[in-house]
Amino acid sequence: MAVQAVTQQKLALTGNEAVAMAMKQINPDVVAAYPITPQTDIVQYFSTFVADGKVKTEFVTVESEHSAMSACVGSCAAGARTMTATSSQGLALMWEMLYIAAGFRLPIVMPVVNRALSAPINIHCDHSDSMGARDSGWIQLYSENAQEAYDNTIQAVRIAEHADVRLPVMVCQDGFVISHSLMNLEVLPDEAVASFVGEFAPRYPLLDAEHPVTYGALALQDSYFEARRQIADAMSRAPAVILEVGKEYGRLSGREYGFFEAHRLEDAEVAVVAIGSAAGSAKAVADSLRGQGIKAGVLKVRVFRPWPWREIGDALGSARVVGVMDRADGLSNLGGPLFGDIRSALYDRTRRPLVVDYIYGLGGRDVSLEDIEGVFRDLLRIKDEGRVTEPVTYLGVRE
Amino acid sequence: MNKEPGPDRILGWKEMPTGAVITQAGNATRYQTGDWRSLRPEWSQEKCIQCLLCWVFCPDGAIIVKDGKIAEFDFEHCKGCGICAQECPPKVKAIKMVPEEEVTEVK
Repeated sequence: MAVQAVTQQKLALTGNEAVAMAMKQINPDVVAAYPITPQTDIVQYFSTFVADGKVKTEFVTVESEHSAMSACVGSCAAGARTMTATSSQGLALMWEMLYIAAGFRLPIVMPVVNRALSAPINIHCDHSDSMGARDSGWIQLYSENAQEAYDNTIQAVRIAEHADVRLPVMVCQDGFVISHSLMNLEVLPDEAVASFVGEFAPRYPLLDAEHPVTYGALALQDSYFEARRQIADAMSRAPAVILEVGKEYGRLSGREYGFFEAHRLEDAEVAVVAIGSAAGSAKAVADSLRGQGIKAGVLKVRVFRPWPWREIGDALGSARVVGVMDRADGLSNLGGPLFGDIRSALYDRTRRPLVVDYIYGLGGRDVSLEDIEGVFRDLLRIKDEGRVTEPVTYLGVRE
Repeated sequence: MNKEPGPDRILGWKEMPTGAVITQAGNATRYQTGDWRSLRPEWSQEKCIQCLLCWVFCPDGAIIVKDGKIAEFDFEHCKGCGICAQECPPKVKAIKMVPEEEVTEVK
């Protein structure tokens, strides 16, 4: 399909407003959401669009996040294009239904505003909420800023609904750092988004009375394993679809998306891997270190599930030392979830970098340019020493 | 779509409908739940007054009625729950639950 570039509008929006705007343009059939804390502004803004008749969406307010995802499962199985949004404890309460959405192969799209999990109670940014859901069978896209959150939300619909995939997608953005910060971004015309996402073609819709189906039947020792194997297969087909959609979106908007952003990695000796807003800071620090003759680079992860391990291995394989920045602690005694996956992606390579982890920014603790420069300096020290003595460091925590 | 497992073949993951969806109606009959049974209903045709309460209450549709009368029990699906024996009027007691090992031959 030939996609023509379109003229875009430049607006100043917060991350939450940008995603609500994307949802308005996607104009889903159903949005089911819990409208009270820990819900985000996304749903509040979207409900205004519903009240003002800007969308045709059936907006279902429910009594909890568990019910929100349950209602989404029901509506998507019925054959409706379905979205919701959540954050933090809300995502935690959805847990059971996340696995069912993926297991039923329902292409629900859910913006997630990444915020810490209790206890102690906290409302600020870290990635503990969505990182905990990384094995649920949902695709996870992470955004560095409001523009990416907007762009990812629109692409997520196409990725989720693709015949080779049929999996739900979380579109993650950093709580407050992105969700509540104003940013100038480019917004596509409504018709361009409508034509990009197209019509939803449900598979096995419950409302198709000519072809009745059963969702949720018991599958015991003789068939559960096969159903789960199918999800793994869909996940293995997702990368090609993510790239295809990212390219087409690039032709439309001028902003092409891949699995990750490789910033000055080609000849980097020390590299930092980060997800979300911190990646922007890391790129600025790498640029400044380059000015001092230090070969520094950054890999910003966009797609965390499916995990593009081969491509990430290729991008990081020639670095000497890699510092992974985890905004969630695995509490395993061996760092956070990104660390394990990065190390694993590099393990089979004949020449592999030393890899260390930095747990940072939990509960919204600010991470400064100086903090990240400290990480790069640490990586340079490890490069000189030629070995890792302490694989995990807690960055910016008071002793 | 006719891709459901037949009685003698279970599909592999590449053939199964996605989402573990069942696309054919009524194929639960192929799932023979009778082998869960530890108590077997023994029905006395002589005592039976054909009130059909057991047929009404049987959760598995395992009581077969022909021409308005109980004809037999479907032992391929009867789980032995005992509801039929419980619902049979106390003055009739036409159904008695008997331990399976007393009535079946050991394979």
